[in-house]
Amino acid sequence: MSATTAGRRAGSSLHSVLYYRLHHYAVEAISIVFGLILAVWSITPIYNMWMIALESHDGVFSGSIWPEHPTLQSFVVVVTQDFWYLENFWHQFGNSFYVGLTVMFLTLLIGSLASFTVGRLRLRNGWMLTNAALMTYVIPASFLAIPFYRIMQIYGLSNNLWSVIAALTTFATPYAIFIFSQYGKSIPMELDESARIDGANPLQIYVRIYLPLMAPALVAVGTYALLLAWNEYLYNFLLLSTPESMTVAVALAQFLNSDESPWNFMMATAIIYALPPIILYYGFRRYMAAGLTMGGVKG
Amino acid sequence: MSSTQQALGFGRPMPVSQSRRPPWRFRVQGSDSTWAIAFVIPYVAVFAAFVIYPVVYGLWMGSDPVLYGVLFSDPLYLTTAINTLLFVAIGVNVKMFLAFLLSGYFMSRSWWIRSLLAIYLIPWALPALVVFTSIHFMLVTQWGLLDSLWRAVTGQDGPLFLTHEWIAMGANIVSYIWKWMPFWTLIFLAARMAIPQDIYEAAEIDGATGYRRMVYVTFPLLANVYLICTLLSTVWTLGDFPTVYFVSSGAPARLTDVLATYGFREAFDFGYPRQGVAAMLSALPILIPLVILLMRRVRASGVQL
Repeated sequence: MSATTAGRRAGSSLHSVLYYRLHHYAVEAISIVFGLILAVWSITPIYNMWMIALESHDGVFSGSIWPEHPTLQSFVVVVTQDFWYLENFWHQFGNSFYVGLTVMFLTLLIGSLASFTVGRLRLRNGWMLTNAALMTYVIPASFLAIPFYRIMQIYGLSNNLWSVIAALTTFATPYAIFIFSQYGKSIPMELDESARIDGANPLQIYVRIYLPLMAPALVAVGTYALLLAWNEYLYNFLLLSTPESMTVAVALAQFLNSDESPWNFMMATAIIYALPPIILYYGFRRYMAAGLTMGGVKG
Repeated sequence: MSSTQQALGFGRPMPVSQSRRPPWRFRVQGSDSTWAIAFVIPYVAVFAAFVIYPVVYGLWMGSDPVLYGVLFSDPLYLTTAINTLLFVAIGVNVKMFLAFLLSGYFMSRSWWIRSLLAIYLIPWALPALVVFTSIHFMLVTQWGLLDSLWRAVTGQDGPLFLTHEWIAMGANIVSYIWKWMPFWTLIFLAARMAIPQDIYEAAEIDGATGYRRMVYVTFPLLANVYLICTLLSTVWTLGDFPTVYFVSSGAPARLTDVLATYGFREAFDFGYPRQGVAAMLSALPILIPLVILLMRRVRASGVQL
């Protein structure tokens, strides 16, 4: 870089213009090579999934680095539920959606109500609520797994989708509260006050003013909660045990119980399971990136 | 103003008057607090039923001192503790430092680096179960992708990754970095974008270019964000479960377990839930100071996570 400024200062000298160009191309070339390495690094495990999924059953682990006889047969098996681990695949897919959407809805509802109260109604001792949320946010979820398992039995929710919904809503809500409080600060209080003069009660302010203005933050947090619920494994595995109540994540990991499992079926299932988060991620990338980094960058 | 507010199309932060109280607020105060209580009840209920109760229950399950005697006399526990420390110390720091450097790379405005960013973020968007299982298959037999590549290049059989303790642990750490580096790169990228351009222009006039620009301008401005992110990531990684559970699954012979997987196995594979809870509670002497430090840092700097 210092060389380029030096080059610019020399101005008309042909030698330094040449030097500047060469330097520029060298930087560009290094940058491209580095980019390629980064792309290969990011893609390799995903390529491996496709490679195994496209192999026939005997071809898995044949030691080749691309599928020699690529076939979509594994995908057909998954879609038609033609294997005993996959008998309830579409039902389990539905379960995953049910859990994901419910967690999303509850997280948005509980989170926005709580942050509306702390931020707009200025609840006395609201800081306690914020602190409680922060504490929940920083505790690793896996450390609560064993007591959670016991408690769900006490609540009579074992092997019930609602136990997973409760657990994941608990872990997604603190994040929602932070994003909402942060984002809510940019909505002028004067709006609430003028609505009050017009006779609106807090519920009307929440529904008619707060929620519509919070739309971008709601999208960001909603996407986050949906992805969290869809991608989560530990709590799904612990709390759901029968094929009818399982989500896809649990069903998928069943393949790992046996060493003789057809890995090509498993990877085909994994690819189908990974499609919704990928679609969601590309569809809402801008909002999600914004939501995930919201606030954290103010330091 | 954070860049994300800009990204969301939301303008300047309004000067909200925190102290001024309009006179009519006093009149509606009574009904207001009723509403306020009604609105926080859902969260308070969730917090009490699914955070406080499990935490207290967990502390009670792990309250018997005998459990810790058994725990500390288990040689596998010592291995697990060392593994966890290595996993967190190496994994988090390498990941954070590389993410910081890469966020500088992704600041470039050229179109192909932007499309590269979309590819680079895929590991983060995919379910951990899926990608870690795929990595497991790359390593587990002599016929996985990595060994096949090795054979294609050198003509000889490659190493059996998961039969050697340190290679398996290294595979866990690399997989962990692979999965989570994109997320933190994104955070640092947003933080870098929030730095006003004039600071760089002024620095350039003063002669800070190239690496000096990074060392004397960018890094001091991001130091606080970097510290908070590292603390947060450390706390989360202490309880990281899926990486080790799927990539090495503790192989060989449970020598690569970390606390979360050790506790999980004690509780659900061997049927000693109290022992499992005790294993996880044994992280508290590290976890609690970290959490206190983190919360203080967050309060002091006004950063909201």
